Amino acid sequence: MTPLLDVRGLEKRYGARIGCTDVSFDLWPGEVMGIVGESGSGKSTLLSCLAGDLAPDRGEVIFDTRDRGPVDTVTMSEPERRMLGRTDWAFVHQTPRDGLRMGVSAGGNVGERLMAVGARHYGEIRTQALDWLGRVEIAADRIDDRPRDFSGGMQQRLQIARNLVTGPRLVFMDEPTGGLDVSVQARLLDLLRGLVREMGLSAIVVTHDLAVVRLLADRLMVMQGGRVVEAGLTDQVLDDPQHGYTQLLVSSVLQV
Amino acid sequence: MIELRDVAKTFTLHNQGGAVIRVMDGAALSVAPGECVALTGASGAGKSTLMRMIYGNYRAASGSIVVGGVDLAGAAPREIIRLRRETLGYVSQFLRVVPRVPTLDVVAEPCLALGMAREAAGERAAALLSRLNVPEALWGLSPTTFSGGEQQRVNIARGFAHDYPALLLDEPTASLDAVNRGIVLDLIGEAKARGAAIVGIFHDLEARAAVADREVDVTAFTPGQAA
Amino acid sequence: MSGGSSSAVAGVVAGPAGTTEGSSAMMDGQAEAYNFAYLDEETKRMIRRALLKAVAIPGYQVPFASREMPMPYGWGTGGVQLTAACLRPDDTLKVIDQGADDTTNAVSIRRFFQRTADVAVTERTAEATVIQTRHRIPETPLREDQILVYQVPIPEPMRFLEPRETETRKMHALEEYGLMHVKLYEDIARHGHIATSYAYPVKVEGRYVMDPSPIPKFDNPKMEMAALQLFGAGREQRIYAIPPHTRVVSLDFEDHPFEASKADQACALCGAEDSYLDEVITDDAGTRMYVCSDTDYCGTRQAAGEEAR
Repeated sequence: MTPLLDVRGLEKRYGARIGCTDVSFDLWPGEVMGIVGESGSGKSTLLSCLAGDLAPDRGEVIFDTRDRGPVDTVTMSEPERRMLGRTDWAFVHQTPRDGLRMGVSAGGNVGERLMAVGARHYGEIRTQALDWLGRVEIAADRIDDRPRDFSGGMQQRLQIARNLVTGPRLVFMDEPTGGLDVSVQARLLDLLRGLVREMGLSAIVVTHDLAVVRLLADRLMVMQGGRVVEAGLTDQVLDDPQHGYTQLLVSSVLQV
Repeated sequence: MIELRDVAKTFTLHNQGGAVIRVMDGAALSVAPGECVALTGASGAGKSTLMRMIYGNYRAASGSIVVGGVDLAGAAPREIIRLRRETLGYVSQFLRVVPRVPTLDVVAEPCLALGMAREAAGERAAALLSRLNVPEALWGLSPTTFSGGEQQRVNIARGFAHDYPALLLDEPTASLDAVNRGIVLDLIGEAKARGAAIVGIFHDLEARAAVADREVDVTAFTPGQAA
Repeated sequence: MSGGSSSAVAGVVAGPAGTTEGSSAMMDGQAEAYNFAYLDEETKRMIRRALLKAVAIPGYQVPFASREMPMPYGWGTGGVQLTAACLRPDDTLKVIDQGADDTTNAVSIRRFFQRTADVAVTERTAEATVIQTRHRIPETPLREDQILVYQVPIPEPMRFLEPRETETRKMHALEEYGLMHVKLYEDIARHGHIATSYAYPVKVEGRYVMDPSPIPKFDNPKMEMAALQLFGAGREQRIYAIPPHTRVVSLDFEDHPFEASKADQACALCGAEDSYLDEVITDDAGTRMYVCSDTDYCGTRQAAGEEAR
């Protein structure tokens, strides 16, 4: 068996400043990995490098492609990388505005990835869009409404539908529940967990919310100052943190 | 099935001057299929710590913890994830679930994770919940709002949903009435009968006497207190 | 541009050697202060080089150093520069706006070239060698020895869905055209059919998606023609082209195929049923009539009808 993603010695610098450095890990099919750390710890930089939105200065991001097996996405051609971005990868942004076309209807938003890979039958695109809206609990009669008329939670769910419609294998999530009410967060987390299980997705979730990773992630990486200071099973890292920074992080969480 | 050798555990408190606390040393344990071993010792002696190390929740400082052929002390996360999904069940004292998920789904989840069809997993969950006298009216609600006893039974149902070859039980009968306690003890007995290796913590002496084949006093593994 | 079939393209590229150089500025009737066809020769050369590239890569938007023209943006500054770069003294120019030769825009551009190039002008499609147009393709089929110059307001077909030019260029480069279908999807979702009726996007020679300028979609099928088609966007500084006999396919869905629709009427003046019609409201009560938007086509048919009588 091959890992879906194999990251080796990844580094990104902003001039003399370190974005992230010396990051190595692998991710296996069906695994959800959380990345936590405070603002500026490099977790978002790392995510951008993994998703191909940012070119790392050093290191490899080897993805197990469907047709060619493991390929370094850092050195692969841009068309190929962008094709991955539309098919096998998905990116759920913290702000729905970054991940949705606000002026395009919900159905059009979901259908875009299908059309991008060649779907040319309106009826079938619409059927698939309806199916996906249902799966993310958006009423069918909202299919022609634009996301700007949706609540924050609905926008986030629409973003998920739009991303998962092409059946990706790896989902990058940047603070997927950030900015949502707690009750809406819970519903979204449940939805994500169900989808991850049903579709056998692998996911990398960047967040600063330890409760989110505990419920969503199998594994956890803790970042500080651009480096991974601790990694392991989520519950093990949270319940028996080894590194001083992780201990501080865990002990800083407010108990309800 | 469960084999511990010379296991030690330390906690390093980086934010309190780097103090290193050694809480366990030389722990050893062997549980065969169909056997139930009860961990004993005073509060704070390390029963829960040992249990958590067997589950991979706490990291061992040294030694080996082999469950179903996997050494949790050195295994990669994905091996432990797989072990927990297929081989090693855990009924903790506390219910930790995604809020707003219905009880039935919470109980069915271990089966779903193993790829069981939704309907079959639901039936299995329903059977366990009825057996544990969780009223059907509650199945569609999230257990987060339930009473302690109800939560405990939901937790047990979840822990027994899949026939794990190895089971860890942390106070499974703690807040249950006599009837439900009896049902849980029956469940444990059935698990033993099908060959599950069980490690449990039972403060309830009657319960312990009813299911445990052996007792292991963890005080023996406490540094400074061992002979 | 009166040469044979292949010279339409070649002529543009090479330029009419000699004829437009210094001496031509002294031709009778041409305003003496101006170089032939207003633009200086270096600028024309620059535009012709861009045209060469545009013809070589059908549908691809070639940047060019658009000049200030003595007319406002939106009045056809792009088309005028292309026409200026193509014109030779022996050319016959026709200018239409919405199909008509007698509208303000058409008249001023025609006069502009009469004054600065002293070329012959005509309203007859068949007699013209260079036709500058805004919003229409003439009804009379064009020949290989003719050039059709379009005025283009917004050359980027994906502009309204993806405002970032850096991104749309990349999408063109990588042939990522899913977004164009999103636009059509939105149309059907909102109106039950593809309601885009002008500036209907096309794919040129199986590669670049192109905005055909705001011509009615009725004209889209005509773009597979014998004449060379040039598109100029002055404000946006882009040139693109469709060489003669190039495949031009209007985008659509399998279950919502492209239709070159027009008003389901006949022209009230000439009776034509096959030409694109303008709706004209004739009184305050809302009475309307439909007439050919192509005035030359309509006039020719009316004249032929009278002769026959």
